[in-house]
Amino acid sequence: MFHRFMRRHDTTDIVMWLIGFGLLAAVIYGSFVTLSSGKYDASVWLDFTIFGLAQGSVYALIALGYTLVYGILFMINFAHGEVFTGGVFTAYFVAIALENSGFIERHWVLSLLILMAVAMTVSVLVAVVLERIAYRPLRGAPRLVPLITAIGASFFLQYTYRGIYGSGIKTYPDFPALDGKLNMFGREWPILTVQALVIVVAALMMIFLYWYVQKTKAGKAMRAVAEDKEAAALMGIDVDRVIVNTFALGGSMAGVAGILYALLFKQVNAFMGFIPGIKAFTAAVLGGIGNVPGAMLGGLFLGIVESLGPSLILDGLGIPSPYQLKDAIAFTLLVLVLIFRPSGIMGERLSEKKA
Amino acid sequence: MTLLKLDNIHTYYGNIHALKGISITVDEGEIVTLIGANGAGKSTTLKTISGLLYPRQGKVYLNDEVLTKHAAHEIVKMGVIHVPEGRRVFARLTVMENLEMGAFTRKDKGGIQQDLDRVFELFPRLKERRSQVAGTLSGGEQQMLAMGRALMSNPRILLLDEPSMGLAPVLVDLIFDTIRELNEQGMTILLVEQNALLALDVANRGYVLETGVIALAGDAKELANDPQVKEVYLGGA
Repeated sequence: MFHRFMRRHDTTDIVMWLIGFGLLAAVIYGSFVTLSSGKYDASVWLDFTIFGLAQGSVYALIALGYTLVYGILFMINFAHGEVFTGGVFTAYFVAIALENSGFIERHWVLSLLILMAVAMTVSVLVAVVLERIAYRPLRGAPRLVPLITAIGASFFLQYTYRGIYGSGIKTYPDFPALDGKLNMFGREWPILTVQALVIVVAALMMIFLYWYVQKTKAGKAMRAVAEDKEAAALMGIDVDRVIVNTFALGGSMAGVAGILYALLFKQVNAFMGFIPGIKAFTAAVLGGIGNVPGAMLGGLFLGIVESLGPSLILDGLGIPSPYQLKDAIAFTLLVLVLIFRPSGIMGERLSEKKA
Repeated sequence: MTLLKLDNIHTYYGNIHALKGISITVDEGEIVTLIGANGAGKSTTLKTISGLLYPRQGKVYLNDEVLTKHAAHEIVKMGVIHVPEGRRVFARLTVMENLEMGAFTRKDKGGIQQDLDRVFELFPRLKERRSQVAGTLSGGEQQMLAMGRALMSNPRILLLDEPSMGLAPVLVDLIFDTIRELNEQGMTILLVEQNALLALDVANRGYVLETGVIALAGDAKELANDPQVKEVYLGGA
């Protein structure tokens, strides 16, 4: 029986499955130990989950940019993290001006809208210019070429931001209205106001995007181009324009994500887009790259895993200062998805059946 | 009156000289067919007209406008629509969304609605399946959708590439009946077909393509009776 088993699965397969089961066992054991030790109570877990949802919605918004572009060009735009940085970093200077004039304290909603508009505009601009000068000339080149270009563009943008805006870490101004727990309908809710705002704004953006892609003429043209560029051109669709639209849409999501990120984490610098960018890419892969609802789910899932994982799993395994390892959890997840389910949670096959 | 005119077209795929000086005309209200063996340049001719390929030499005219050098999506706006070989419907879009994409260049809501009614009248099956995803349609239904989608652009001329390909005989008859019906309603059609017998039966005139040049041209009935055409393309019947 063993021989028959060996014949059907080669050694790498078996090693992979052993690693998989080992990790699964570690996850279950770690969680069990942590939970039975009673180190954290329910309200702490709730806080972790809500924080995870909040950062996950930021990942999800960025992930949409990866997935939209991939859906149309089959290319990973590794400079998308820098599209995100461009918006939020530029808006920082506007934010400082608004704070100094006392405008943030008097009209915080309006200030927030101004910042988002600025960040969106800059991110859209960066994304569109990137497409025009770095990617469009390479249309039709082998797939590796635009990928390498994207990595180059990513570095180019990082150092451009550093050159223009300086190399230091800058702290975003505080929104006093968003301090503390959410007070609404005459009671206090167990969620920070800023987190609630991030989740709600991200959800609105995602609903808008879903509506745009599914229901508007431009969104339908986007899906048509994603499927068959030549047939789309034969229907009178200007394929290049749809591609620019796609980059712009991804850029606008990244712009909003930047402001939400600044609300949560307060700090900006020229290289800030790199890690969230790679994590959002992970989220997009997790959900099935090219799949819009997949990117949303993948982002939320990654945010929650990253927030709960260290205390839930690593703490129980006796690892000191587990929170330092949250990025390791995110990227382990990426590797696992690539090995065991490359098509992601809502991968290609399912989306075709459902679509 | 001549609607479409190809004047000495030379088209290349890289270094391969695919069309070597093709000149054809299609008059308003006609069905003209291009027949010929695989690789003779039939599809290449259609792609050159619709702007997917640029000729290295020669020009394509629609009335007096020059189509050549316009991008494919602009040529659609000028009134030429190309139903490509293999149907190429958007498999993940619904039937309705596919038809909407056919009307992509148009803004006249009333006209679009009228054409939609016309397409549904022509192909009642599409109406039944309008909210279904196109990838789940049968081959025949996909061909109907491809033609319906093209008609949604309200074209002046319809370029059809191998509409009978891979279809059961009953469906082939249905598609060809539709071609006839469209023509009776005034649609000008340029038809590329492997099945020369069917094509010459429905067409007014025909051109026989052989490795990138026009070998024969003439009245469809005469071509169908030409001994050479009979021998080579009609299976000696």
